Amino acid sequence: MNWRAIKAIYRFEMARTGRTLMQSILAPVLSTSLYFVVFGAAIGSQITKMEGVDYGSFIVPGLIMLTLLMQSVMNASFGIYFPKFTGTIYELLSAPISFIEIVIGYVGAAATKSIILGLIILATSWLFVPVRIAHPVWMITFLLLTAVAFSLLGFIIGIWADGFEKLQVVPLLIITPLTFLGGAFYSVSVLPPFWQTVTFFNPIVYLISGFRWSFYEVADVNVNISLAMTLVFLAACLGVIWWIFRTGYRLKN
Amino acid sequence: MQDIITISGLSKTYATGFTALKNINLGIRRGEIFALLGPNGAGKTTLIGIVCGTVNPSEGTVTVDGHDNVTDFRAARELIGLVPQELTTDAFESVWATVSFSRGLFGKPKNPAYIEKILRDLSLWEKRNDKIMTLSGGMKRRVLIAKALSHEPNILFLDEPTAGVDVELRKDMWQVVRDLRASGVTIILTTHYIEEAEDMADRIGVISKGEIILVEEKKALMSKLGKKRLTLQLQEKLSALPAGMFGAEQLALSGDGTELTYTYDTQAERTGITRLLASLNEAGIRFRDLSTTQSSLEEIFVGLVHNGRNGAAK
Repeated sequence: MNWRAIKAIYRFEMARTGRTLMQSILAPVLSTSLYFVVFGAAIGSQITKMEGVDYGSFIVPGLIMLTLLMQSVMNASFGIYFPKFTGTIYELLSAPISFIEIVIGYVGAAATKSIILGLIILATSWLFVPVRIAHPVWMITFLLLTAVAFSLLGFIIGIWADGFEKLQVVPLLIITPLTFLGGAFYSVSVLPPFWQTVTFFNPIVYLISGFRWSFYEVADVNVNISLAMTLVFLAACLGVIWWIFRTGYRLKN
Repeated sequence: MQDIITISGLSKTYATGFTALKNINLGIRRGEIFALLGPNGAGKTTLIGIVCGTVNPSEGTVTVDGHDNVTDFRAARELIGLVPQELTTDAFESVWATVSFSRGLFGKPKNPAYIEKILRDLSLWEKRNDKIMTLSGGMKRRVLIAKALSHEPNILFLDEPTAGVDVELRKDMWQVVRDLRASGVTIILTTHYIEEAEDMADRIGVISKGEIILVEEKKALMSKLGKKRLTLQLQEKLSALPAGMFGAEQLALSGDGTELTYTYDTQAERTGITRLLASLNEAGIRFRDLSTTQSSLEEIFVGLVHNGRNGAAK
């Protein structure tokens, strides 16, 4: 294992984040604050409680997840797409490193950035509503696993994309709708039975449910199922990445 | 001399069906400067890409100092530095950061003194804190060379290193290449400037349509394929060559009638010079001076590729 290469890639990516600090951190914090103003104060005041939790507090885990998913996918996809776009990827491909080092470097940096953002959103939430974390270890576990899994997904998108448009399409047309419909702002139990069944085909439901359970001990599905689904998703992404590097898909052909 | 790179039976067909390389067999000797010449689209960049690991081969193997470049890719790639043809750089990084990044990527511990030396040698030291996007094209090319040298490679690939670089900078770069060769680095370069290959290389390989059509010591190549030209400066103007003159098909009279050139093959059993001079004497043509010149590599190269094309067309 070439640890120095991992460190070099990780540092390079984190430096990129540092250069774009304003849009990296300020934008998500601002949009989260807006969610609190709109959903928490304006609409939330009309809704008393969701599963026995104040509505403003109830949406905190969902909001963190929303940022975490979007940022993981966008950071990781852009991180690997950009060298492909500029051509500097030649250096990664000619270096004495395997795909394992490349993935750890890029996905590690993307996940780190989105976890930092998630924690900033959590801190911002505290300014608006009371937040209680019942199971901090579970909370951190879900935060970590989700950030890594979706950074892996982002990495795959970055390899697959052959234009900036495709980079935008997946986060905007797939991740955002699935998150909104995945119970970020409501409990699945408030839906009619038919839509509840449909919802359970949405993998993001399991992530949000498990994450919310670690805060308030309320969940749409059993926390072990949430964990299992997260791990399955992680494994699927790893499988696709293994295939990409084995075949040189969109990289070496 | 022992080969440092051995390429055996290498072929590459892209997904589009385009065959870029056909059964390439080539050995690069330790410590030499090898120039790979060929027209655009001949497969030079694909060949370099496969050796360096940026392109997957369809068939065949490459070993670098005894290490297979697929099964033992770490050991193989550690030895190689690659300067790509395109000016592919990170726009927002500083020169120092990008060169240090390259060293890290190749798993080498930090060595600021060494990086400083490279940057100074390439006249980049003053620009070390500048963002790459603010540099000129020639400077960017040097940054790419600095990146390739950052991990102290034993083998350096230079893909069209002087394309779009001004004369002054080109001279500097060739000096760097000579110094590297003197320190024991093996250098493989492709270039469009044939006079550079002629000037720099120990051996020349010519690639055309994905096939290596010739590999030869430069000197041997020049003398083997080289045609010599004998130029005679005449004392009196000549309006036309006398009829029945010896070697008329090899003779040419200049437009103003003061110069006669005789082209001959140095490899031929007889050059015919003696008979030519005798023949001139008989015809009463006298000359003031004479000189001989050898044809340049460019002429050899154009001739080879042209013949290759004709051969393929048959």
